[in-house]
Amino acid sequence: MKVGIQKVIEFKNVSKTYPNGVKGLKNINLTIEKGEFVVVVGLSGAGKSTLLRSINRLNEVTEGEIVIAGKSITNSSGASLRRIRRDIGMIFQSFNLVKRSTVLRNVLSGRVGYHSTFRTVLGLFPNEDVNLAFEALERVNILDKAYTRADQLSGGQQQRVSIARALAQEAKIILADEPVASLDPLTTKHVMDDLRRINQELGITTVVNLHHVDLAQEYATRIIGMRAGEIVFDGPVEEATDDKFSEIYGRPLQNNELLGATV
Amino acid sequence: MMNQPIKTSIPKPPSKIKNYVTLLLVLFLLWGSSIQTDSSLAELVAGFPNMMDLLNQMVPPNWGYFDNITDAMLETIRMAVIGTTFGAILAIPIALFSASNLIQNIWVFYPIRFILNLIRTVPDLLLASIFVAIFGLGSLPGILALMVFSIGLIAKLTYESIEAIDPGPLEAMEAVGANKIQLIVFGVIPQVAAHFISYVLYTFEINVRAAAVLGLVGAGGIGLFYNKTLGFLEYDKTSSIIIYTLVAVLAIDYISTKLREKLL
Amino acid sequence: MSEAARKGMKPKKNRAGLWGIYLALALIYIWAFSGMNLPEIKPTAGQITKSIFNGMFHPDWDYVSDPGGEDLLHGLLDTLAIAALGTFISAVLCVPFAFWAAANMSKGKAASGTGKFVLSFIRTFPELVMAIMFIKAVGPGSFAGVLALGLHSIGMLGKLFSEEVENMDLGPTEALMATGANRFQILWFAVIPQVITGFLSYTLYRFEINVRSAAVLGVIGAGGIGTPLIFALTSRDWNRVGIILLGIIVMVTVIDLISGYLRRKIV
Ligand SMILES: Nc1ncnc2c1ncn2[C@@H]1O[C@H](COP(=O)(O)OP(=O)(O)OP(=O)(O)O)[C@@H](O)[C@H]1O
Ligand SMILES: [Mg+2]
Repeated sequence: MKVGIQKVIEFKNVSKTYPNGVKGLKNINLTIEKGEFVVVVGLSGAGKSTLLRSINRLNEVTEGEIVIAGKSITNSSGASLRRIRRDIGMIFQSFNLVKRSTVLRNVLSGRVGYHSTFRTVLGLFPNEDVNLAFEALERVNILDKAYTRADQLSGGQQQRVSIARALAQEAKIILADEPVASLDPLTTKHVMDDLRRINQELGITTVVNLHHVDLAQEYATRIIGMRAGEIVFDGPVEEATDDKFSEIYGRPLQNNELLGATV
Repeated sequence: MMNQPIKTSIPKPPSKIKNYVTLLLVLFLLWGSSIQTDSSLAELVAGFPNMMDLLNQMVPPNWGYFDNITDAMLETIRMAVIGTTFGAILAIPIALFSASNLIQNIWVFYPIRFILNLIRTVPDLLLASIFVAIFGLGSLPGILALMVFSIGLIAKLTYESIEAIDPGPLEAMEAVGANKIQLIVFGVIPQVAAHFISYVLYTFEINVRAAAVLGLVGAGGIGLFYNKTLGFLEYDKTSSIIIYTLVAVLAIDYISTKLREKLL
Repeated sequence: MSEAARKGMKPKKNRAGLWGIYLALALIYIWAFSGMNLPEIKPTAGQITKSIFNGMFHPDWDYVSDPGGEDLLHGLLDTLAIAALGTFISAVLCVPFAFWAAANMSKGKAASGTGKFVLSFIRTFPELVMAIMFIKAVGPGSFAGVLALGLHSIGMLGKLFSEEVENMDLGPTEALMATGANRFQILWFAVIPQVITGFLSYTLYRFEINVRSAAVLGVIGAGGIGTPLIFALTSRDWNRVGIILLGIIVMVTVIDLISGYLRRKIV
């Protein structure tokens, strides 16, 4: 192993068959290193979400092993599984915030994995936690909304709250499953910029599923192409030419796979 | 990790005093209520053996007793059928006169609604006890109580659906010169009929449950037998009554719910 | 337009089924009415009705407040206290039932189905009969009424609560799970905030119903305003009947107004 390079996520012969027989992942072998900004692309149904959600075990895989920073998450359970999950922040297409709670409470909910049930239920977060939450909100520029209810924010603001939640979690890995799919082009740029800044400034390993090829080319350091549950392309962003994308998609690129000149 | 200083000022948390005051008020009300009702956990624990004793005497139920109470069970259902039917029939004109989109005169629909609200404040069992005082023991006071209750509920639900109907067809009919009766027959009834029937069935479900206990105040039906069996300490018979009622009510609920689903 | 499409557009009415329902209805009504013997109305009925209305318009105002005695305000307060405490008890006790019966929280269809059945069983068990049983345990009085309402209301509240849980957004639950929260923390931070307002609103609604129920419990000796009403009815003290009825009507109306206002404010 080269000095200074750490394997953060490792897939070893991972396969996933859904109960209805659909093969979501077929014998995946993959290593992601610290600080990478990986974008996963592929047609709808290619298995991008399945891949991403296997990393923190929101999906169970049926074969193989996934290792997170040296610990096998597929063999963990109970407290040790939660300990691994604590280091992995997740950002969803639909934000998944508790709409009736304040922004601050949503961000603080990223901290519960660090404390006892009793303490969190009583709302006794230590001051450092609250400061961490404020810093996270500051970093995504919505500090002034801390005491606003989440359902009173725009989509872009809500997505930034969920990024703040992952930051407050002090996650070492951030997984984002189509984080911008329900946002307009301008907001998309803000959110992607936030993700890139966090990746570069804090060195958080980031794995993002995206539909838009040009976004992938703009933000990724490494691109993984999937088709029918298999990895059909894996390489640095420079190698991912339009021709390669056509290969991943099995056909020429279409207009709706480009965000276009709007950004 | 994140040690850069915070640039913008941290916003102030909103005051929580209101929440604390509300909580305090609720706690105070509950504490007062438990004083007022002499509630004590100790008494419940002390009485628990009594209750177990009672439950013990209730099982097994006296299966033979079912024959004796079948007539009363049927009478209960009859009371519910008749009470609901008359209530529903009387509710129709009342609902029409309470709908503000049919009767524009506030001196008509407000007083009627006010009376409907009054009716719905009196629980059916109290209505029944009053009717028993007037007409004497029997199923007539029970039927009347169910009827009055049904009027209150069905008329309210129905006038609310009349007010929610699509005004388009009504305006179109008014434009071609239809009179009030034609308006109601061709514009209103087709739009609310299914809802009305569904409300009647719903009220019938409630009335079957209510009819099963009206006998406790002497207003007919199977409830009469609670007094009889409890008075003679024949608890195994009491549990037969309970089981019989449960089965009948659940069966009727099931059929009625299925019918309502079909309708809407 | 093709033949098939035109056929599809015609409303298909099941004539036979409809006539079947009409026939069944007719039979039910024949059965219901033929089984009732014509009621003989007591000759005094009109007289008593008049007296009751008379009593309503000349209520026994002295009964409203009688320091040291059993008066109207006392009875109404008792009724409210029974309703409040009974509602509170059932709102707390029904929560585990609600999660048991909710299809998205229970393990498997069988579990939630059983939960739903238990709730519908409790709902169908008449509260007056429950009150009679509690009277056997703790003696006659308000406490028996509290316990009866507390147990019976679990049936309806549990059903409403479980529907609220079933309609909840599961996204936040997943997000919390992904942060490494344990089951209880997920419940507290993702589930409870979503359902709490619905729970409160249904609890207030049930309180409105329980105020009416508590006014009845006295009929069998489980406390509240029902007991003096029955006494007044049997002793033909119509003026007192009048004032008690007025009291109940005013109390229920005021509670409905307040509770309705609060429910609108919560949502
Ligand atoms: N819960 C499930 N049960 C059964 N099959 C599933 C389930 N979830 C996904 N699949 C199937 O697994 C395959 C991969 O799905 P996945 O959601 O990973 O695709 P995706 O690449 O994320 O697509 P999209 O871009 O539309 O989000 C698809 O064929 C899908 O139908
Ligand atoms: Mg997906």
